[in-house]
Amino acid sequence: MSFEWIVSIVSDNWPMFLRGAGITLLISIIGTIIGSVIGLLAGVIRTIPAPERTVKRIILKVVNIILSIYIEFFRGTPMIVQAMVIYYGSMLAFNIDMNPIMAAVFIVSINTGAYMAEIVRGGVISIDKGQFEAAQAIGMNHIQTMLHVVLPQVIRNILPATGNQFIINIKDTSVLNVISVSELFFQTKSIAGNNFRYFESFFVACVLYFVMTYAVTLILRYFERKLDGPENYSMIGQPAQVTKTRETEAH
Amino acid sequence: MEKVIDIQHLSKSFGAHEVLKDIDFSVNKGEVVCIIGSSGSGKSTLLRCINLLEKPSGGQIIYNGENILDDKHDIHKYRTKLGMVFQQFNLFNNHNVLSNCGVGQVKVLKRSKEEAEKIAMKYLKVVGMDQYVNAKAKQLSGGQKQRVAIARALSMEPDVMLFDEPTSALDPEMVGEVLKVMKELAESGLTMLIVTHEMEFAKEVSDRIVFMDKGVIAEEGSPEQIFNNPRQERTKEFLKRTIK
Repeated sequence: MSFEWIVSIVSDNWPMFLRGAGITLLISIIGTIIGSVIGLLAGVIRTIPAPERTVKRIILKVVNIILSIYIEFFRGTPMIVQAMVIYYGSMLAFNIDMNPIMAAVFIVSINTGAYMAEIVRGGVISIDKGQFEAAQAIGMNHIQTMLHVVLPQVIRNILPATGNQFIINIKDTSVLNVISVSELFFQTKSIAGNNFRYFESFFVACVLYFVMTYAVTLILRYFERKLDGPENYSMIGQPAQVTKTRETEAH
Repeated sequence: MEKVIDIQHLSKSFGAHEVLKDIDFSVNKGEVVCIIGSSGSGKSTLLRCINLLEKPSGGQIIYNGENILDDKHDIHKYRTKLGMVFQQFNLFNNHNVLSNCGVGQVKVLKRSKEEAEKIAMKYLKVVGMDQYVNAKAKQLSGGQKQRVAIARALSMEPDVMLFDEPTSALDPEMVGEVLKVMKELAESGLTMLIVTHEMEFAKEVSDRIVFMDKGVIAEEGSPEQIFNNPRQERTKEFLKRTIK
């Protein structure tokens, strides 16, 4: 019976499963955070309006070209291939023997950065022009406008897309088994290689992946609600008018 | 009379389309000037050129004796001296009512948070929105948003207030509350430059009316003169079309 096998696989191998899941989470959390920072910077730089001075304009143009190459390259090639190229390439070219986990964090970060750069750019573009104009009209420069008016709104708006990216990262770290990162897929493969129960072992991995992604979904929802603040507001000096109407309706 | 803003030979083109042609125009301290004219006459563009949301193609804008179109002029500092009220309100969506009026004071004018809140409250009281300090923009009606937007501009304590069709995006029943606030401001001696389609209001509050047509100032004068004895044929036609 498969079910009994699952129970015995879990009870025999739970430390290995947990360690694998832990590594998976570690890589995807750090990768998503670093990637979001990269994406935020890249996206903000790519939405700087063209400066009037020629020198600044040329510098910005060059930076933008470099960023485009970065984004298009990492979005346009599979992560599994990037992993092989970066891990074995760094060994061949620079004689650097990368720690697989470090390599994994690096690959996930720059990958996420490339996607997040476009998500952030889209987020900035989607903010109403009036928000920029109102900020400029009270004397804010571009940096102040971005910091105090635009980016807080962008971050709120791109939170669902960032959560998406986080979930993709949890799942996609499984491809990093090709460079021997001991994440969940790699551990499950070892377990199944010992007991020859492939279905049961990977079924356990499947459940663990789902628990991780669903937990992330719930946590992000909570943050979204928190960021949105309360639906009602309290009036000063004319108390609780809004709540009162609610109560009357309830009666 | 002391000129606050003096515009000389101002022009603005969008590509081949000339929106403003050689405008000469000035606003005196304490004066309330209404700019009227049909859509596309360039009145909003003129207002947006004054605070450089649109970059003029030519001419000069003299503020306090300095041409602010000079390269070395600090346009951010200049803009703090002009309060702008937009047709679409443009309240900051990520701030509540109080910090909409405070963020510019703290970040741009470098006032302390306490001072900024005190000043914000003072002007929120002027527009009658002091009870709503905790509300977010999306929780307010159009008229309330516009009153907060006026308080936000006033909180910077500008020399001139610019109003760009402040009631055009409002439901008819909310126009009154905004015009009432503006009328009180006009009576308080504030320098105001208003682009509007509200002819009755313009007649009532203005010291001077400017009628624009096809990118030029076609006629200007006192409200009595413009509304009762317009000299230009196109002014007459415009007024006939707008006032029944």
